[in-house]
Amino acid sequence: MKRISIDPITRLEGHGKIEIFLNDDGGVANCYFQVPELRGFEKFIEGMPIEEVPRVVSRICGVCPAAHHLAAGKAVDAVYKVDPPPAAKKLRELYYSAHFFHSHIAHFYALAAPDFVVGPDADPAKRNILGIVEKVGIPVAGEVLKHRAIGQDIQIMVGGRSTHPVWTLPGGVSKGITEEQRTEIIEKAKSCVEFAKFSLKLFEDVVLNNKTYLDIILSDIYELDTYWIGTVDEKNLVNFYHGDHRVVDQKGKEVFRYKDHEYLDYIAEHVEKFTYLKFPFLKKIGWKGFVDGPESGLYQATPLSRLNAADGMATTLAHAEYEKMYKTLGGKPVKKLLATHWARLIELMYAAERMLELAEDPEIASPNFRTLPTETPQEGVGIVEAPRGILTHHFKTDKKGLVTEANLIVGTTNNHAPISMSIKRAAQKLIQPGKEIGQGLLNMVEMAFRLYDPCFSCATHSLPGEMPLVVEVKNAAGEVIRKECRP
Amino acid sequence: MTFEPKIVGILCNWCSYTGADLAGTARIKYAPNVRVLRVMCSGRVDPTFILKAFADGADGVLVAGCHPGDCHYIEGNYKTMRRMALFKKMLADYGVEPGRFRLEWVSASEGDRWAKVVNQITEDVRKLGPAHFGTARKKKIPA
Amino acid sequence: MAKLRLASYWAAACGGCDVAILDTHEKILDIAAAADIVFWPIALDFKYDDVEAMPDGHIDVTLFHGAVRNSENEHLARLLRAKSKVLVAFGTCAHLGGIPGLANLFDRKAIFKRVYHDSQSTVNPDGVEPQTKTQMPEGELTIPEFYDTVKCLDQVVDVDYYLPGCPPTPKQIWAVVQVIVGGQLPPKGSVVGASEKTQCDECPRKKNEKKISSFKRIATAQPEQETCYLEQGFLCLGPVTRGGCDTRCQLSGVACRGCYGPPPGVLDQGAKAVSAIASVIESKDEAEIERILAEVPDTLRSFNRFGIPASLLRRKTL
Repeated sequence: MKRISIDPITRLEGHGKIEIFLNDDGGVANCYFQVPELRGFEKFIEGMPIEEVPRVVSRICGVCPAAHHLAAGKAVDAVYKVDPPPAAKKLRELYYSAHFFHSHIAHFYALAAPDFVVGPDADPAKRNILGIVEKVGIPVAGEVLKHRAIGQDIQIMVGGRSTHPVWTLPGGVSKGITEEQRTEIIEKAKSCVEFAKFSLKLFEDVVLNNKTYLDIILSDIYELDTYWIGTVDEKNLVNFYHGDHRVVDQKGKEVFRYKDHEYLDYIAEHVEKFTYLKFPFLKKIGWKGFVDGPESGLYQATPLSRLNAADGMATTLAHAEYEKMYKTLGGKPVKKLLATHWARLIELMYAAERMLELAEDPEIASPNFRTLPTETPQEGVGIVEAPRGILTHHFKTDKKGLVTEANLIVGTTNNHAPISMSIKRAAQKLIQPGKEIGQGLLNMVEMAFRLYDPCFSCATHSLPGEMPLVVEVKNAAGEVIRKECRP
Repeated sequence: MTFEPKIVGILCNWCSYTGADLAGTARIKYAPNVRVLRVMCSGRVDPTFILKAFADGADGVLVAGCHPGDCHYIEGNYKTMRRMALFKKMLADYGVEPGRFRLEWVSASEGDRWAKVVNQITEDVRKLGPAHFGTARKKKIPA
Repeated sequence: MAKLRLASYWAAACGGCDVAILDTHEKILDIAAAADIVFWPIALDFKYDDVEAMPDGHIDVTLFHGAVRNSENEHLARLLRAKSKVLVAFGTCAHLGGIPGLANLFDRKAIFKRVYHDSQSTVNPDGVEPQTKTQMPEGELTIPEFYDTVKCLDQVVDVDYYLPGCPPTPKQIWAVVQVIVGGQLPPKGSVVGASEKTQCDECPRKKNEKKISSFKRIATAQPEQETCYLEQGFLCLGPVTRGGCDTRCQLSGVACRGCYGPPPGVLDQGAKAVSAIASVIESKDEAEIERILAEVPDTLRSFNRFGIPASLLRRKTL
């Protein structure tokens, strides 16, 4: 059987490879997505003092360290049965909104935008941020860099560090902000709201108003009919930091709803031999393999999922965009996966508005940002929405507060099976018998992967020239019988 | 063939080294397994020395100093006391069995005691068998 | 002047070092002007085959981050060493082993047991574990071998420079890039992008005499913001950690955990931490010393959080 290996997959966070097997007639027989990495955080934090865990588990990911830090922070609060004061929760959410802002900008402009602004099968030498700069101009690139920097700077102002924050403690945080800082953040947040507006307009002008792209979005190449999960507040509106976790079905109807500590009744993980990453699924539906539909327990956890699972956005401008997206794409839930990019920009808007809202609340500068625990530590679960999907941290400790057991279900992990299926589906639709396997086609297979923003938001700039891709077609004996190169 | 432990001993000049010398001049017979290093004060003993000894193949390490209150430099052995108390916990976390490391106070007149201490640690380490803490360093990485 | 050929690769890493490079913000354009990036999997589409095809020494500078955890990491370390004129151990994981190095208190068997069998959410009645080779109906699939022990980069290949930090600060990264582009390379084996003194030298907190009569755990205490952490009884590795990060953790309101690695001349950061901190415990009584030390649990991972693979014993013997 002929075989195409893409190793490593690129323009994402993490290691991965794709193996595509072709039938004799040239169509796709099967396609496997493998994750070759494992580090073992759940084991090696055993025995550590629980208060050290948030600053250790942030190192699971250097792109979304805030997500791990805060999920762990909430879990540690639960371990000590301590409720942080309101100012602490607001500070954490402000930090987190700024984090989402930086992360979504980096993904959209560096990873996603080239495929749309320049074109999915455009010359690879142009299909990067430099090509974008050419198309939309240097002032825009400058604004992108400036606003991503603002997202990082607000995190530093609030929490002390942007990459690998250390400031969440049991019962609150280690430092607050001054009135001067609060005022500065308000001004910066206003600029962020404008930038979010600009980004959504860019998407509309360049993508939605371009018939070719709109056709690709609405086609069935990138589509899955799974369940959808997202975190919502008490009004069923999207919230990144805290809320109930809601699962809706293929028709958009709520089927499950759980609180942090109930996750084990709803989510389970499956193991396969060919990859180090596990495959989460809905426990009450069951693991039925790599299939979608209501009988299969597979669900997606992405910005699109969050919007599908909620009744709206909690801020005005973002909500207007939410309504517009569903109107344009024909109602809820949206299953056309490229819409995930649109959903991500709507979340960008929400993050900016939420930053402004929180900064305008005078309580956030309160010196009362920590409640010291008094209870004996025991067990706790903390769940947040990572930019890439719902993130679960669960810890058990002994009476001294040393970790005895840890369980983590990480954002992108939720999407492991859907990613595999999306790649396979795109490959099957795009690689047809007799059709030439060119660079543009291969990139369109990669687009199936890239929309999930699998945990890394990469180079915001400066991707000079070549993006070579070598595809070797091997026969059953492993001999290379054909080679395709993207120069 | 019986396993003969290689034990590194780090002795302070004023009390324990003199005590060990006394064991020699008094012709006391005792196990020959300790290789002695002399420092001016047990307070000079950096835990790094002990780890390096194990990493380079020692089966056991013995640190000896003046009895508390008798340090030639007044405070040195109190620092030793505190350091070694914490360091023992680090050794345990590395998987080094407690019997392989000892901190002992031996005065200049305690030749007998020195001999007893050496015999004791030698037997303890003999029972534990050869140490393999140097393995991680010496293992060749397959090409 | 010909553009430098630059590569950035990550092994058992988290991506934070790449984000740190990006956090030089607009300066990244200057980096792009001076260098052609010839391999950077997170950002560009060059594949492993492209690196294999390069002649030896083709890359001027490779920034290698992440620890060596599995066979793929090791293979890339060797490959990039051969293809690079200068290899930099970039970030704490490559320099010392980093947070992944905490796994050296365990082994592959223990980690797999937890992750694939005992984890509360895992449903695995057949006891399936990932295999390096799996035969599927269509062909054989492979994944790298997971080693028992995490290594830092210089335990696998010759390293030219070390740039510490988890991650290195963008300020230091930019300073080092300027040195590289300017051609003013320091002696081989140097630590670059960091101070020659300890954290205490940079720390703005007020320092008096250290006399620790008890330790506090930050779980149940809040540090006061003006005085040295150690003097308040909060464990801080500042005295045994190289400076250069602008004391970012101390300014966040918590103590240092040592990610910038040992100061010059120190062979084992954990041993030095034990030595320095224990010696200032305010007690001459063995029983009281034990009582005080019991307040700081988990000794090895508290006194050597980031550098267990690089330490003298490298791992726990099981």
